[in-house]
Amino acid sequence: MRAHILGYIQDCLQLRSPLTLSNATPEITLSARKLTRSFGKQQVIHDVTLELKRGEVLGLLGHNGAGKSTTLQMLTGCLLPDSGEIEICGINLLKNPAQAKAHLGYLPETAPLYRELSVADFLIFAARLRGIESAEVPGALSQALQRCGLDSVKNKIISTLSKGYQQRTGIAQAIIHRPAVIVLDEPTVGLDPAQIRDIRRLIRELGNTSSVILSTHLLSEVKNVCDRVEIMQHGKLIYGDTSARMQNYGQVSGFTLTLHNPPALSELQNLPGVSEVEQLSATQFRILHPADNNPSGILLSQAAQLGWQLEQLTPLQTSLEDIFVQITGEQEAVKGETE
Amino acid sequence: MILLIARRELRSLFAMPSTWFILAILQFIFAWFFLARLEAFLEIQPQLAQLANPPGVTVTIAAPLFFTAGFLLMMLVPMFTMRLIAEERRNQTLALLLSSPLSERHIVLGKFFGLMSFLLALTVMLPAIIYTLALGTTLDHGLILSNCIGLILLTASYVALGLYVSALTSQPVIAAIGALAVLIGLWLADMAATAADSPWHQLSPLYHFQNFNAGLLDSSDAAFFVLFTAFFLLLTMKRLHNNRVYG
Repeated sequence: MRAHILGYIQDCLQLRSPLTLSNATPEITLSARKLTRSFGKQQVIHDVTLELKRGEVLGLLGHNGAGKSTTLQMLTGCLLPDSGEIEICGINLLKNPAQAKAHLGYLPETAPLYRELSVADFLIFAARLRGIESAEVPGALSQALQRCGLDSVKNKIISTLSKGYQQRTGIAQAIIHRPAVIVLDEPTVGLDPAQIRDIRRLIRELGNTSSVILSTHLLSEVKNVCDRVEIMQHGKLIYGDTSARMQNYGQVSGFTLTLHNPPALSELQNLPGVSEVEQLSATQFRILHPADNNPSGILLSQAAQLGWQLEQLTPLQTSLEDIFVQITGEQEAVKGETE
Repeated sequence: MILLIARRELRSLFAMPSTWFILAILQFIFAWFFLARLEAFLEIQPQLAQLANPPGVTVTIAAPLFFTAGFLLMMLVPMFTMRLIAEERRNQTLALLLSSPLSERHIVLGKFFGLMSFLLALTVMLPAIIYTLALGTTLDHGLILSNCIGLILLTASYVALGLYVSALTSQPVIAAIGALAVLIGLWLADMAATAADSPWHQLSPLYHFQNFNAGLLDSSDAAFFVLFTAFFLLLTMKRLHNNRVYG
């Protein structure tokens, strides 16, 4: 049994070699199909289907109480779904929990720390708990300490550490066995901006070798860290796309333009790709264009050739907050109509 | 894995000052009680010597000491068991165990054996105190051995029950009070039943300890302890599993 688990760990470690990483289709490390879950009579998760590839950071976004934590608890085996299937590295989590969980690192909302232990002792315990052989523990420990920047505090008792270091210890326990799937539940809550930046950098780094799924209600986190976003509301996934595309969601593509020596309005209008021009002031224009056809290149060369004296060109930006409110708001509206 | 969790449990226990405090107080009570019994024995020894078949020093000193220990542990064990699962749940560390590649069996047995080995170390002090008497007199080794076995079984039953109550809640204090209430309830059921053959006696762990205390190794008493312990350990595993089912 133990040899079996070790075999899987070795498989996973080998799969992490650069050779496999360069494969055209990255391996799917986590797949959840049609998860449902209710507490009592209230159904809190409806038909959630997720897939995660190696080297991908997925952000699970949603309001408080949208079902993010419940979903993550199910993905890590802390909570059994009412129906649905979960596979981790191709192993069924519900049928072979022990083997599947060996590939899993989990940081719950509150970091699971034995506060009376020292950082190193706690991490050694966590490593052994995840089935790392005692001979390999020192190596795993030093790597985890180094990655999470805990070297300087490794002999300190966890309860004496600051919140930021405690959170890092929490992340360290989730990655010490180098799992293929890392699940982080609101990893940056309650940290100061510098700590948030450090932890985001760490998550980004983890995303290079493993799959990371993190829940958050901070939109900037998604922008900075995640490759892909799933938005959750009332226990359903209502929107899923790459992080970059989400930022363009519902956004009018365009830019504001300041020209000191502007041409006639129709001249701008006739540039290829420009769909609409609006004059804001004597020198300022707002130009809209289709998302897939950006005329700014042509515009720049024209401006240089014809002496329009371009001063400023700023892309129109809607904040991520707007997008989020827009997406969740639309969903509410749809719900209202159908009811 | 069981060993790993047991070791972690021990480590956390010894990291807390209250553990050392309780250990010290308990040793003090044992020693004080032992000396009080010794003094009483020395006082009545001349009268005892006139009896045809006088009770020995082991019966008059060691047996009551063990019984007191059994009674004190009834109060003390809930203080130790309360943390086992309730605190893990409160501090959210249970998620670490639940998301690790191990089953409920590992968690429950690890915690059980971890606390048992601590309490074992605590009760080893009893025979150590008693064997100081061997310097001046001869002791009844059989009686001491049966008391030791009985006390270990008794402690195991307390721990299993406390562990289960701890698995029911996320508040250690409630777990302590709950376990204490059940243990005292069982003891009172035993005390309140006046008829010698009343079935209420059979429920109480302390009642089944009496035979061991008198030097009688009764397999039915031993079976009671084993079943009692196993029953509550299984219930705890079931409860932990329900944790995943009901959240």
